[in-house]
Parts: sequence; structure tokens; C-alpha cells
Amino acid sequence: MTNAVDLSCPLPLTDTARVLLGHGSGGRMSADLVRRVFLPRFTNAYLDRLDDQAVVDVGGQRLAFTTDSFVVKPLFFPGGDIGTLAVNGTVNDLAMSGARPLYLSAAFILEEGLPLDDLARIADSMRAACQAAGVLLVTGDTKVVDRGSGDQCFINTSGIGVVEHPWILSADRARPGDRVVLSGTIGDHGMAVMSRREGLEFETEIASDTAPLHGLVAAMLEATSEIHFLRDPTRGGLAATLNEVALASDVGIEIDETRIPVRPGVQAACELLGLDPLYVANEGKLVAVVAESAADTVLARMRRHPLGAEASIVGVVTETHPKMVVMATGVGGRRVVDLHPGEILPRIC
Amino acid sequence: MKYVHEFRDGARIRTTIDEIRRSVSRPWTIMEICGGQTHSIVKHGLDEMLPREIRLVHGPGCPVCVTPLATIDRAIAIASRPDVTFVSFGDMLRVPGSTTDLLRVKSAGGDVRIVYSPLDAVRLAQKVPDRQVVFFGIGFETTAPANAMAVLQAARLGLTNFSMLVSHVLVPPAIEALLGSPDNLVQAFLTAGHVCTVMGWTEYEPIAVRYGVPLVVTGFEPLDIVQGALMAVRQLERGRAEVENQYTRSVSREGNRAARDVLARVFRVCDREWRGIGRIPGSGFRLSEPFAAFDAERRFRTDAAAPETTSACIAGLVLRGRKKPSECPAFGTLCTPDRPLGAPMVSSEGACAAYYHFRRYQPAMK
Repeated sequence: MTNAVDLSCPLPLTDTARVLLGHGSGGRMSADLVRRVFLPRFTNAYLDRLDDQAVVDVGGQRLAFTTDSFVVKPLFFPGGDIGTLAVNGTVNDLAMSGARPLYLSAAFILEEGLPLDDLARIADSMRAACQAAGVLLVTGDTKVVDRGSGDQCFINTSGIGVVEHPWILSADRARPGDRVVLSGTIGDHGMAVMSRREGLEFETEIASDTAPLHGLVAAMLEATSEIHFLRDPTRGGLAATLNEVALASDVGIEIDETRIPVRPGVQAACELLGLDPLYVANEGKLVAVVAESAADTVLARMRRHPLGAEASIVGVVTETHPKMVVMATGVGGRRVVDLHPGEILPRIC
Repeated sequence: MKYVHEFRDGARIRTTIDEIRRSVSRPWTIMEICGGQTHSIVKHGLDEMLPREIRLVHGPGCPVCVTPLATIDRAIAIASRPDVTFVSFGDMLRVPGSTTDLLRVKSAGGDVRIVYSPLDAVRLAQKVPDRQVVFFGIGFETTAPANAMAVLQAARLGLTNFSMLVSHVLVPPAIEALLGSPDNLVQAFLTAGHVCTVMGWTEYEPIAVRYGVPLVVTGFEPLDIVQGALMAVRQLERGRAEVENQYTRSVSREGNRAARDVLARVFRVCDREWRGIGRIPGSGFRLSEPFAAFDAERRFRTDAAAPETTSACIAGLVLRGRKKPSECPAFGTLCTPDRPLGAPMVSSEGACAAYYHFRRYQPAMK
């Protein structure tokens, strides 16, 4: 047996004294950072679940609470802008616990020199997104940093929603036999932003799918009590979400490539840039893990909702290969769908 | 999507594999040269669909994997200079040098940037005349023409703040080195379609004759690869050893004349060190004398001369097709993409990384 120290290839630097871009990619490096720096210091029953929101009990009422920061570049892209993302992203994090989103906060970190017209445009988008989602922006903050100390405009939003059902939706609740349901096409948001950055143009413009998903979630929860987990697959894409479920629930997941809808323009942009749509961010899609008996009911209900018209059952939860996502490829082979280790991708949300 | 969907058509792929099954009478070892092909094979699960007799081994065609440690150290030394903006393809940033990598140079304040095209680096040099812009010119014959164009463009613009750290490698000498090695197992090659798009295939004809091996110019989509394998198997079964072209929609015998002319102007063939393989005569490009002023090695004298050790690194065996990544005792345990022990685990085109990302269920299922 070869001893590791005998290998001539250099041992790479697994520990780093500084934050790297990969720490913000939503992949393994991000998870490592949270586990090493934050979890040991703040550990508690809510945080330790590592869901995208916490559901807390306040005077007998279950409330969902979440926060998210937005650093997308460029600020404006086809289908939306940083303002739309900042509202919909937080609304969706609340919605994935099954909550009805109610109130948001917004904090702006602005770089000296940002055109006021741009800021007004972003604020207009946020107002429109709040109205569409039926939430109120009730508190906020503004800071300005020196030119060069930020990148035009960063936004943080936090949100509160009320959980009006008794169920717990969580990544550790997937059981063998459950079905994996996807609400529509993948990769639209990430490729809309990246095509704009790379100056790629296609016959049909790729637009971000940013949208508030709580209406779709409410319809699904009305249809069945057998939804075990919901997540909007943002950074890290569908692959990251499925790996998280497999890991947290100690199950395997089998997905079928031919059932995962990808728009032709998104596929083309991915081919050009050497990306896999499974890893590309979405801002208006959800993944549901649903009991086998309820899968068809949920699917039918989703397809009647405008944001779920292209919904599809893309996979099944298995006892075999626990903690691993395996895909039947379109050509008839099989492969693992791994969590990406920490990619060098531009800021997309 | 045109030129993609029809080459991922499951029915046509299965028909071709059935044809291979009917054609094959005994075991054959076939090497695909290019990392892009390795990636496609493993990503689509093609090797598992092929009949048992066909053993696909993965070649040295990942430029990131074969770039020597000394070159990476030199890149890191240049990128760390305060007056330099260092520009590279994304993959190189994670490859470890002796003590650090380019991503860490960036996080420590170095100006390291990623581009998709070397011409972007030239444009950047125009925009920041007070900074030295250095492009990391790596890759096979495929990326060489664009890099050569960048040098020509910089020369035309009279840029004095643009240079290139050149570490180009060439496929045919590597194939000869593999075939000339006494422990060679490879009986046929799928050569890299994009390399041949530029260079054509005349260089491969004497190799087929001298070593008696079939070489099939092959594309990158799943149907391309199984068709290439079928053509190789038919040659092997009939005792033929010729150069054939599967990738007809892209490759002609003469290649791309304009691209070859640019290469001939800007580069000269030189000996190169290949990580994991060793020094191969005539296997690389350096800048030709008229363009020597753009050579970053000359412009920034660095004393990065890390000794290239040549112990029993399994990466070398993988790059020479002697071992599959999953046959390495460190694979998936001591060595992962997060903690790679060797370059093939670092690059997205590396064979070990491809196996890790797409094939990890195998050990668990055995």
C-alpha cells in the first residue's frame, strides 16, 4: 500500500489562513466555514439544523425567521435585479418552512459613487416584489462605504413569517420510497447572470426565474400533509440541495436526467461555459421530497399553479448508496452527482 | 440543441455499443487522450455501458494535470508581485505549487483574474498601462492558436505591459512517449478531436505505422466516443493500424491552416517536462525569437526551481494509463478534490476528479 507521504505530488493547502471565494460558493467549502467558525460558537437547537430558516415558538405561535445577503454582479440582469432577488430570496427562505411571509427588513451597503438613479430603480423593484409577494418592508438601514470598499450595492434582507400548519419540513425527513419533485426548469437564474457577465447572446434571451414561491407552497400544503422537505435550490443548484437531503437523512437519491427540464438557451450557455446545469443557481424553483402516496397529488396541484406548470417527478429516495445522489444519464449510463467542492464562479446572488 | 442532442441520443448510442459487442472477440485496451473525453465518458457513464472486453484507460490530456510544479511555482512567484495582474483560465488557480496556490495568492491581495479568452488579457493590458499583465498560457494545440493570437495582438498594439508564461504541450510526442515505454498497455488511441481540428492528423500517420496502433480522431459527445471506440475495435480485430477520423464534422486531414500558420509564427517546438511522466523531447511550445519580448519567464526572472521529484506517485501511472484512478489506494480516502494529493484530482478534466465526482458509488456498491 502506498503511503501518503511517499506520493510525490505536493500536498495542497487544505487549511487556509484567509477567506477564499470558494467559501461563498454554497458548496463544501461554505459548509466547512460554517462548521468551523460559526457553529461551535453559536450552537443551539435552531441553528444546528442548518436549514435556510429557523422556526421558533413565540408565545405559542410558530414563526419562521431568516436572513440573506445579496451581492450579485451585475446589479441588473434579464428577468430582475438585485432588489427583486433580495425580496424574493428571503420570501422563499420563509416559504420553504411552509410559512406565510409577513414582514421584511432591508439593509443597504452602498459604495460611494453609485448612481442615485440605479438605487431608485432597485428600490422600485423591491417595492414591486414586496407587493407581488404580499409582504411589508417594515424596517431598514443604509450605510455608505468609500469608493473601492464595496461593489456598488450590497443588500441584506431578513424576514418573518407565520407557520400555520403543524408539520416540520426539514432536510432530515426524507425516507426511502419518497419522491423528489422539481417545480420547473433549472439553471435559468445563474445562466442569465453569467451570460450577461460574459457578454453571451443567444437567439432567445435567458431570463432569471426569480419569483416568490410561497403561493405555490401554500397550494402544495393544502393538497397533502405528506411533504417532508422543501428547498429552493439557489447557490450550488439542484445538486447541492439533493446532496444536503441525502446527507441529512442518511438516504440515497436516484434521479433521472431525462426528467429534469432545462431550457435550450440555458443548456447552450452551460455548454459554452463548461458548466453543468445541476450546479447552477435558481431563484424561483423548489424541490420537494414527498411521500410516495402523495406524489401524484402534489404534482397535479403544482402543475395547476403558474410557477409549477413544468413540475416533474425527477427522482426517488433509496436505501441504497446512503448519503449519495446517483443519476441515470440521458444516454443510459449512471453517475454520481456530487456536491461541488467550492467552485470559481462569479457572484450570482 | 443542435450538435449536442443528436450526439447524446440514447438509442443511437446503444445501437453503436451493440455493434461493438458484436465486433469484439477478445480484450482490448484503448486510451482516450483528452481530459474532455475522459470527463464525458465518466459523466455519461459510457465505460460501464461498453462490453467487458473493452478497457478504456485515461490519457495525459489534461493540461492542468501535466503542468510541472516548477512552472506553477513560477506562476505563483510572478502573480505575487505587486506590479503584476496575473490572468489565467480558472482551473489553474486551485493547482497547488510547493507552498501555496493562485487562489491563496489572490486572497492575500495578489491581483489574480480569470478569463475565458486570452484576448481579454490583452484588452486588460490596454486598459491598465501602468500594470504588468501576465497571461498563463497553458494547454495543448487546442488553446495554443488563441494564445498565439493574443501575442500577435499585443505586438500589433505595441504593448510593453503584456507578457505570457508559456507552458504549452503537444499531443503526438506524448503518444510516442507512452508507446515507447516498455510497460505500455495501450493498443489503440482515441485522439483528441479539438487538437486535430487545429493540427489535422498527418502527424499521427507515422505513429500508426511505426508502432502498429490504430488512432481514431474522436469527438467529445457520448455518441462520438462510442463511435470512435467502435472504429478502433474494428481496426484492432482486423489487425489494421491506421489513422481514421470519427470527428468529421470538425476535423480535416490538414487541420486549420490559418491556425497552424499563427502557431508557426509565434511558437517554436521545445522539450517539456510533463508532471507525472517526465521530460519528453519536442513536446512543447515556447515563444519564437521575434516574440521573445513577451516571454514572462524572461521579463520576470524568478528563482522558482522546485526540484521535480519522481518517486512512485500514482498520478504518473494514471496519466500513462497504467492504473485507473479507482485502483489507487488513496483514491477517495486520503485523496479527494478538497484534499488532492495529485493534479489529476484537482482539475475538472483530471481523470481522478472525474472518477471522484461521477463514480464514487462503485466502491460502495461492490
